[in-house]
Amino acid sequence: MKPVTRRRFMTVGIAATAGVAGVAVADRLARRYGLLPPDGGGVYGPGETLTYAAQTVLGRHSLAREFPRSMISAAPFLNPVAPPTDAFKRSQANGFADWRLAVDGMVAHPGSFSLADLKSMGTRSQITEVACEEGWSYIAEWIGTPLNDILREAGVHPQARYVAYFSIDHDWWDSLDMGDALHPQTLMTWGMNDGDLPVGFGGPLRMRVPRQLGYKNVKYITRLTVTDSMKGIRDGLGSAAPAGGYSWYAGI
Amino acid sequence: MSGCGMIIGAGVCYAARVSTTVPLPNSAPPRHAAVVRVTHWITVIAFFALLITGMEIVISHPRFYWGEVGNVMVQPAFTIPIPSSRGSVPTAYNFVMPDQNGWSRYLHFEAAWLLILTGLVYAVYSLGTGHFRRDLAPARGERSWRDYREVFGKTLRREKTDAAEASSYNPVQRAAYLVVIFGLIPFVIWTGLAMSPAFTAAMPWTVEALGGRQTARTLHFFVSWALVLFVVVHVAMISMAGFRSRMRAMVTGRAAVGEEA
Repeated sequence: MKPVTRRRFMTVGIAATAGVAGVAVADRLARRYGLLPPDGGGVYGPGETLTYAAQTVLGRHSLAREFPRSMISAAPFLNPVAPPTDAFKRSQANGFADWRLAVDGMVAHPGSFSLADLKSMGTRSQITEVACEEGWSYIAEWIGTPLNDILREAGVHPQARYVAYFSIDHDWWDSLDMGDALHPQTLMTWGMNDGDLPVGFGGPLRMRVPRQLGYKNVKYITRLTVTDSMKGIRDGLGSAAPAGGYSWYAGI
Repeated sequence: MSGCGMIIGAGVCYAARVSTTVPLPNSAPPRHAAVVRVTHWITVIAFFALLITGMEIVISHPRFYWGEVGNVMVQPAFTIPIPSSRGSVPTAYNFVMPDQNGWSRYLHFEAAWLLILTGLVYAVYSLGTGHFRRDLAPARGERSWRDYREVFGKTLRREKTDAAEASSYNPVQRAAYLVVIFGLIPFVIWTGLAMSPAFTAAMPWTVEALGGRQTARTLHFFVSWALVLFVVVHVAMISMAGFRSRMRAMVTGRAAVGEEA
């Protein structure tokens, strides 16, 4: 065996050992800093974990791009959803006067808010782009109450790590980590383009998360649950999306 | 992460096997270094995973636009004349294809990571060992237009490749590989990231410099086809030069000097 080859062999051996040790250290750090997504298992787990961890480290405080009023889409595309449930139709007939947003889980003051309660809490509007995983997009002005304000009102426990949100449609739910939940652009939206949020776009209440794809923006929200782990909620994958084949984290 | 360990682990296997059990003829160094061979084949796997899943994702909205926004209410720049996997997209067909976006997206991004990490290993290796400078930068004395024309001429006349080409790249090959390594692959990664809502929040210039999200998507589509074109020509040229000997060189590392395919 030539000495050069032996040196090469040893170099690669040391690199391999360092690599394995590095992976172990990375795993420990990822756990400690909450960089593992709820759907981080299985064959696609490594890719999902890398994406989620990289985006979390890269842009914890970054803001989604906002656009000038002139760029608001004249005819935003209305993504068709399942026909509303009977409970939804009853509330709609009532002008959504009885619509409630319940807040439970790891909060000091569990309770519920009417739309009027939310509107009196705090208002923020933003002109941001909705981008669907299919590839299309549109820009609209979204008006709502920052989720941050709602969570502050409810008094979130310090060990909380996720906020799950549920649609009136039982099969539709999702969750955000605390970073995205407390992010200033994450809105419980009730208005769009200077008017009420139309039912087709998720009215009366839609979660708006502009740093993630369209499907995280669940329509017809009736409940928030604050938790330290997604394991105990529904299928434990953090969202209805993984069961349908889609990733929990949609910031890509 | 574990993929990285696998890459390095495979590198060990190759280095150990080549150096101990299969002595090279005349103690010649391998035609392609172990790191180059392993990263080449991992890139092949990642590329085809990205290509197939990318096609699946395109099927859910086979319309393309320029600028920031685009949807079925917007006039497309062009449309691929195929049915869509979503009923909400108007096409010329009264047929909705099966929707495969879920696993396609998971695999697309996982394969993208595999491509990026493999590319990093390759780039660090190539810079450290001088592979770029020695094997890919235009060789001294082969930098005139005539050298490039000569390669095209020889290829079109289907002349037998000379022995030097079995151990080194000709000027056109070098140019093509450099364009892919430093041009097309970085650009396909950039245009892909420019579609990520979280990445563009952190680095808005990545999408603004391109002219908008839909422009990024359309360019991503075009660059992907440029890469497909490269792969087709690459495989065709290898077949012309001697498919078996070139494959052996890229799999086992054994040079094909003095051998006929």
